[in-house]
Amino acid sequence: MAIGCAISMVAQRNPLYSAISLIGVFISLACLYVTLSAPFIAAVQVIVYAGAIMVLVVFVIMLLNVDQAERPPRRLRSLIPIAVGLAAVLFAEAVFIIFFVQASPATPAHNISNVGLTASIGTGLFTGYLLPFEITSILLLMAIVGAMSLARRGGLIQPQANRNETETSNQR
Amino acid sequence: MNMAPQLSWYLALSAVLFTIGVVGVLIKRNVISMFMCIELMLNAVNLTFVAFSSFFRDVSGQLFVFIVMTVAAAEAAVGLGIIIAIFRNRESLDVDDSSVLKL
Repeated sequence: MAIGCAISMVAQRNPLYSAISLIGVFISLACLYVTLSAPFIAAVQVIVYAGAIMVLVVFVIMLLNVDQAERPPRRLRSLIPIAVGLAAVLFAEAVFIIFFVQASPATPAHNISNVGLTASIGTGLFTGYLLPFEITSILLLMAIVGAMSLARRGGLIQPQANRNETETSNQR
Repeated sequence: MNMAPQLSWYLALSAVLFTIGVVGVLIKRNVISMFMCIELMLNAVNLTFVAFSSFFRDVSGQLFVFIVMTVAAAEAAVGLGIIIAIFRNRESLDVDDSSVLKL
């Protein structure tokens, strides 16, 4: 199901449909996390990805609703044989890896294990991984400031023609 | 009967999802579609992390998934801000129209 949704996501022309397919991918991945005994990560997956990020993406798609541009004529036609050759090499590597991955042992039976529960994740996050956690918080702060300054009207990037009038409007 | 999902299945699924994401980034021309394909690749890596974390009974993988999700959220916010700024300047979402940085 995840693969089907992902293929549909790439195949859709309309970005809104591909966003909905991506939500399907996220939900099915959350189900896989539950089977991998990681309920906290599954919940965070649903809330953060399928909730927040996809709402943001769909909002931007709605905001910037442009008509579907026609596919421009294909360029770089001379590179097609090289591309086919590289694809063959990649496929050969994938087959090679698949034949070696077959020998990997099965996942151990999920008996009593506290790995993946919220308590163990919180304990690990605030003891062994405190520094990455703090760096992550600083990263989030930088993202907030950056997104605000980018998306603000008349922000850092603005067209040359509008620059003078926005400067005068800022002075007012 | 050995019907328990093996580690290799999860790894194979993750590899397939990552490949689909790479193909999407390569063939899409819409900025938002490329953006969503990048999210798909991040999710494939997350699946690998969780699979190994469950296999080795180690919680570190899930902590890194948490951090990767945070990075993805930050990237979504900043990336969509950049997309809005580009669209405001160029009136287009095609990457070929934005091949140069200057206006």
